[in-house]
Amino acid sequence: METLLSTTISGLLMGMLFALVALGLAIIFGVMDIVNFAHGEFLMVGMYAAFLTATGLSMEPLLTLPVSAVICFILGMGSYYLLVRYLLKGPMLAQLLGTFGLMIFIRYLAMAIFGPDYKTLEQGLLIRPSINWGPVMISYPKLGAAVISVTAFGAVYWLINRTRLGMALKATALDVEAAGYMGINTEKMRGLAWGLGGATVGIAGALLTNFYYVFPTVGLLFVMIAFATVALGGFGSIKGAFIAGLIIGLIWDFGGTYVGPEYKFALIYLTYFLVIILRPQGLFGW
Amino acid sequence: MLKVENIEVRYSGVPVIHDVSLDVNEGELISVVGANGSGKTTLLKTISGTLHPTKGSIQFDNEDITRSSTVDIVRKGITYVPEERRIFGPLSVEENLRLGAYILNDNEAIETSIEYVYGLFPILKDRRKQKGGTLSGGEQQMLAIGRGLMASPKLLMLDEPSLGLMPKLVDEMLDAVATLKGEGITILLVEQNVREALEMADRGYVLQTGRTIYNGRGRELLKTDIIKKAFLGI
Repeated sequence: METLLSTTISGLLMGMLFALVALGLAIIFGVMDIVNFAHGEFLMVGMYAAFLTATGLSMEPLLTLPVSAVICFILGMGSYYLLVRYLLKGPMLAQLLGTFGLMIFIRYLAMAIFGPDYKTLEQGLLIRPSINWGPVMISYPKLGAAVISVTAFGAVYWLINRTRLGMALKATALDVEAAGYMGINTEKMRGLAWGLGGATVGIAGALLTNFYYVFPTVGLLFVMIAFATVALGGFGSIKGAFIAGLIIGLIWDFGGTYVGPEYKFALIYLTYFLVIILRPQGLFGW
Repeated sequence: MLKVENIEVRYSGVPVIHDVSLDVNEGELISVVGANGSGKTTLLKTISGTLHPTKGSIQFDNEDITRSSTVDIVRKGITYVPEERRIFGPLSVEENLRLGAYILNDNEAIETSIEYVYGLFPILKDRRKQKGGTLSGGEQQMLAIGRGLMASPKLLMLDEPSLGLMPKLVDEMLDAVATLKGEGITILLVEQNVREALEMADRGYVLQTGRTIYNGRGRELLKTDIIKKAFLGI
């Protein structure tokens, strides 16, 4: 019983972080139907930005969130303006291979600059023993990450559904040509979607730094989960990404506890396959 | 107001418009007719800034807009209601209209525009919470025109507003265009219903394979041999 409760809580908290990692992918796909293969590397850059700021300036890791957000916002927007918008003029394959190339480029550039070592933060507000409520354990960093994830989702949801800018992003997502006829600068909206996608994954990276190792290929692990999350939730759906994140978090922890840690990934993808066989557009896709 | 002079427009290198000139004066309803592939839609897309001419020039209110972006052209007061309507299907009627007023920052002006459009097309008011994609073809066309009016344009360009509508609705739609003309709105209309389009127009232009072959008063054009033979089957 205690294990069940602990596993559920841990799974939901982890799920919120998975959802936050996937959010940017969903935003970018939603606005322009392109899969950003370099998404995991954006996460990695966010992690290094947080780690280096926290250790270099002896700063509280939580305060590095805005730093990672800004750096990854610039990284996302820069990727759009310097690379992606040219890829859009080419065939579909160019878009796939283009962001794939960006992924390899950023990953091995990080390898060259930072070396392959695993680094970890030792001090911080969230880095402390778990909360124990009787037999139930709640991990501090995961709790912090979950709270900030929910906040970030709320902010993005508000931006997209309640603001003029959000309407323009939606219009660009639905019909880029018609959006242009409304006087919307669709090029700017796409750049912004990449910036926003970068910023949210940057925040996820900064949070992850509180309880996970930082190394150049760390993005690979999380991006595989993010792809499954976005596909499960329905490509481009913000709500879908959140709910799919929770589902995947639960599978992650339940699979790890009751089946065996080595089956986590297989279980996640098995669920994903079952869902897409029944509902190819994902849970909330259209 | 609008002056298009000897433009050539290419689609991936191939000329679609060879030599078209056209002008629109304030308050006029101008109809452009021609067979499929004669370059009518390309002409409107070029004026809207989606495409740019390889030769010739376009002026609006004595300003050169030949190479202006769509955003600038909308801001200068030209809106384009595209062929096949291009409604934002998953968004509500009212959200679609508000997007039409995207360039306006003044909330009061936006509300005034919305009331104006609801006055013109009362059915849109009844359906304002409904998703655009769930409207009938005729209602979607009204929404598209209403959306094009939201920014209070100086020139409204309508691309085949009767396309895909059943005959009864075609007449209703063209009546609506006539109403807009009565309101003093300057309109550049592309239509496949040649007779009606030319009858209601102040002046008309006939395009053939990317060239202006005739222009003149609407009703007079209807009497020319080329129109009779090619479009009216008389």
